[in-house]
Amino acid sequence: MARHEEKVVIRRAVRALDERLGSSPLLKKALRYVFPDHWSFLFGEIALYAFVVLVATGIYLTLFFEPSTALTTYHGPYAPLHGFEMSKAYSSSLDISFTVPAGLLIRQTHHWAALVFVVAIVVHLMRVFFTGAFRKPRDLNYAIGVTLLGLAILEGFAGYSLVDDLLSGMGLGIAYSVALSIPLLGANFAFFVWGGEFPGADSFEPRLFIAHVLIIPVLIATLIAAHLAIIMRQKHSQFPGPGRTERNVVGTPLWPGYALRSIGLLLAVAAVLFLMGGLIQVNPIWQWGPYEPWQGTNGAQPDWYMGWLIGALRLMPNFEPHVEGWTLAPNPFFGGVLFPAIVFGTLYLWPAVERRLTGDHARHDLLERPRDNPWRTAVGVAFFTWVFTIFAAGASDRVFVNLGIPYTGQVWVFRFAVLVLPVLAFFITRRVCRELHSSELHPLRDWVGTAVGRTSTGGFEEIRSGRGD
Amino acid sequence: MRLVRLLWRALVAIVLIAFHRSRRPTPAPPAAPARDQSLRRATPSPRAEQLVIALLFAVAVCAASFPVIYAVHDDTQLLGLALGLALALLAAAVIVAAKELVPYEVAVEERPELVRPEEEEEVVRLVEEGAEGVSRRRLLGLAAGAAGLSLGAALIVPAASLGPNVGNIIRETPWRRGRRVVDERGRPISADAVETRTFLTGFPEGADPRELGSPVVIVKIPPSELQLPAGRDGWAPEGILAYSKICTHAACAISLYRSPLYEPTAPRPALVCPCHYSTFDVRRGAAVIFGPAGRPLPQLPLAIDGERNLIAGGGFSGPPGPAWLGTRRRS
Repeated sequence: MARHEEKVVIRRAVRALDERLGSSPLLKKALRYVFPDHWSFLFGEIALYAFVVLVATGIYLTLFFEPSTALTTYHGPYAPLHGFEMSKAYSSSLDISFTVPAGLLIRQTHHWAALVFVVAIVVHLMRVFFTGAFRKPRDLNYAIGVTLLGLAILEGFAGYSLVDDLLSGMGLGIAYSVALSIPLLGANFAFFVWGGEFPGADSFEPRLFIAHVLIIPVLIATLIAAHLAIIMRQKHSQFPGPGRTERNVVGTPLWPGYALRSIGLLLAVAAVLFLMGGLIQVNPIWQWGPYEPWQGTNGAQPDWYMGWLIGALRLMPNFEPHVEGWTLAPNPFFGGVLFPAIVFGTLYLWPAVERRLTGDHARHDLLERPRDNPWRTAVGVAFFTWVFTIFAAGASDRVFVNLGIPYTGQVWVFRFAVLVLPVLAFFITRRVCRELHSSELHPLRDWVGTAVGRTSTGGFEEIRSGRGD
Repeated sequence: MRLVRLLWRALVAIVLIAFHRSRRPTPAPPAAPARDQSLRRATPSPRAEQLVIALLFAVAVCAASFPVIYAVHDDTQLLGLALGLALALLAAAVIVAAKELVPYEVAVEERPELVRPEEEEEVVRLVEEGAEGVSRRRLLGLAAGAAGLSLGAALIVPAASLGPNVGNIIRETPWRRGRRVVDERGRPISADAVETRTFLTGFPEGADPRELGSPVVIVKIPPSELQLPAGRDGWAPEGILAYSKICTHAACAISLYRSPLYEPTAPRPALVCPCHYSTFDVRRGAAVIFGPAGRPLPQLPLAIDGERNLIAGGGFSGPPGPAWLGTRRRS
């Protein structure tokens, strides 16, 4: 009986939609849309859901945050800052943390979600790179994805720079210096963005705010929509397997299996982010104090996704070409502009470069396992090793402050590691890939060999041999 | 009590399902699924249904505790725990439902063919038709290009109001000959207050301390150790030196002073920027001895007035702060 009633309700709803939109053919197709199953496909979804949490928590925060560098004196509940002169941006952030009920939970969840958002995008990018998912016809969508990574980093930086605590001010100072360092046009560009000198240009805080809460998020949301629409049009790529060809997709249809699983993932991502937001402190802005240009703190670190740029700034020797006293390229240009330009340029151009080098212009819908393309995998590992080594160098001040390993020595080691490790990584990876490809073994699960134990008489005996877990 | 029983049953169910799953032989991958969908109806599992129901009730408990905590004791940890657990349990319920309750099936879908030559031809023909009968194509194209470019340029122009012209703003600092050096609260700094092995921060009296050209770091070394560049005689009375506090690399405040404790083994006295560890030699006019900074910290000539207070003996030896094209330096 209940079954029957259910069916009636569903039929009414479908009919109501049909009468207005004629949506049944589309719905039918959508419900049967097939998702191929592989755990590595979930990173992109995690990024998407982190973005959902970011938007939800972000909207809440905008209702309390005051994007203004106008000065005010703090009289809130946090005693150590009583009587401090600070910007309204900073004092309203303190209020979100201390006086708005549940404000700190939302603020910390927002911050954690931003950190996870970028992690998920980077891991997703690596998945796409190492499985060759960027090949035609997905090269266009890959470029959108790389753009999204750039925007996500920019958005995150804008977000923690808004607060106007000491750390965000130091970060903005560095960003301003990097903008100034662009050859020839740097000062004009920096003035264009900041509306004058930093610090001091009061127009910058509202600009940064509108960039963070409107311009960049709308761009991100639009590009995500395009990213997903293109996936729907081309359908998902899949790993080779029984019954899977270049011409079909084998997997779970959207309704009911995949929809439920994906909603489960959304809820799980939100759960982890809210748990972290509630239980794990992140960016305790009240400890940093308000930004004053003449103050600095040792061991200051930005959010993790800025680490690669900090590392590049640290490792660059003090080279500053100048002619007749004019500074052609101030030093931050190399680490802050040239390095990210090379990294993103490489990412954007890679599909075209690979097409040119391999002469493969065909359409590919079946993925490759990393081992099956040792050359590409080795290039990718070398590239990411290069970036991650520089990223690690970004933390050398923390290593110095916490472990006492001399900073100067570390930087020299890193300067050489940046040149040597990628080459080593290339050859090791290529060798490992060829080995795995020819033996068809799983690097972790399978092993080949003989396990030997001692017998009671002191001799040796074979316990287990062959291939297995 | 009911809640405890519910949670207990949920726990038992989780263990049972985990155990059950681990013993279930992994299904072989479907060998070449036929065009028609190979559908496998999930055997209705009462246990899974019970688990989902239990989890949903647990969600209700956690979620309902959120407003209670909010109203009674606004505690970030408890709030996060309540909301996070509610979401986590709901996620578990949905995932169990997805895996154990709803039909499991492997479906095959054909990929759309992206390239359709006949339709492409059609598109090309349609686009071409639009320009049928137009004779002066090149001139038209030229005119349209001119119109588009100039209109685009006109629309971009308002963006110019975003930033002022660089002009001299970026070059000027408040330091003038005779200006008193004051501390954070505006009190003059006496020459007797400056000690070796530590540093003070000074500002130009009456100026905006938040300008990059304002703050200076003041240190003192024995005058016999001074090795300042030529032309800076008398800039460091009694060994008291003032350098711009803003790093010439990336505008952070120089806030570390590496003062040697034992000269033979420890390095020479140096000012260090905490951001990227640019290191400046205090004795030799803040010459760069390590790190990415491309030029020394500009030095502020100091003098001591009749009341033994520090005053500026002039402007900086070079432009302070991060470099740009117009950052002139002595070649």
